[in-house]
Amino acid sequence: MTIGIEHYLTVAASLFTLGMLGIFLNRKNVIIILMSIELMLLAVNINLVAFSHFLGDLVGQVFALLILTVAAAEAAIGLAIVVAYYRNRGSIAVDDVNMMKG
Amino acid sequence: MALTAGFFYLFAVFSVIAGVMVIVAKNPVHAVLFLVLAFFNAAGLFILLGAEFLAMILIIVYVGAVAVLFLFVVMMLDVDFAELKAGFIKNAPVGLLVGGIVLVELILLFVARGFDLGVAHKLAAAMPAADSGVSNTEALGHILYTKYIYFFEVAGLILLVAMIGAIVLTLQHKIGVRRQSIAAQVARSPKDGVEVVKVPSGGSIIPAPDGQS
Repeated sequence: MTIGIEHYLTVAASLFTLGMLGIFLNRKNVIIILMSIELMLLAVNINLVAFSHFLGDLVGQVFALLILTVAAAEAAIGLAIVVAYYRNRGSIAVDDVNMMKG
Repeated sequence: MALTAGFFYLFAVFSVIAGVMVIVAKNPVHAVLFLVLAFFNAAGLFILLGAEFLAMILIIVYVGAVAVLFLFVVMMLDVDFAELKAGFIKNAPVGLLVGGIVLVELILLFVARGFDLGVAHKLAAAMPAADSGVSNTEALGHILYTKYIYFFEVAGLILLVAMIGAIVLTLQHKIGVRRQSIAAQVARSPKDGVEVVKVPSGGSIIPAPDGQS
């Protein structure tokens, strides 16, 4: 059987849903939430590369490259915020992040 | 063709299993390692799709840099992760319901509607023919450095800002450590450092101790 674009899109949809579920289920743990966001961005990249392949257009891969860059920057900044927050409060529970509540 | 299909199912199944383990793993170190597995399998899918350059970048950047950064942070922070897992069971029914609905809807959409990829599209940058001898990396470079040079530069700028931001967020000055103050050094003038003293002949500028003169 041939592998069509639907197969790749299904894998990507599964990974995206898993990322979403990870944010739902691990509401307290910032690090798992960041990892779930990485999973969702990976799913987006799979979609872009799959369309790039099946349309024969290279631009999808350029976009995937840019998303990779943004994801790396986001992970670096997010983890830096987690570290700075841990130094201030001694915890990374999301429930405690309401210092700025008016 | 059967080999390709077999590899597709291998990579697909393993990436989804790894994704599940990322969100259900009790130990966050295991979660990071399963994230690495998911990235490796996604890189395999990219190679099946003919995007070798992105596959290698995925392994180098994600596995080599981002996942290791996660690992560092997880091991550096001394957090009771079991306590953070508390709401998992409580949130599970609603989460599974919403996630299941989203997944079923997305898959139904792909299967039912299908994609009309056969018609001639107006391509922005057509892929090189398989027998042209131009590799994926080379073709990507040809358009990335010409047509999409501004996107490329903006990506570099984003990385620069992220690097500076991460440094600024985590830099801390320890109290009690004497550091070089370049501004104070530069602002120093001869007046602050040198004193011209008139020495009387036969005398001394050192004040004489009591009892002698």
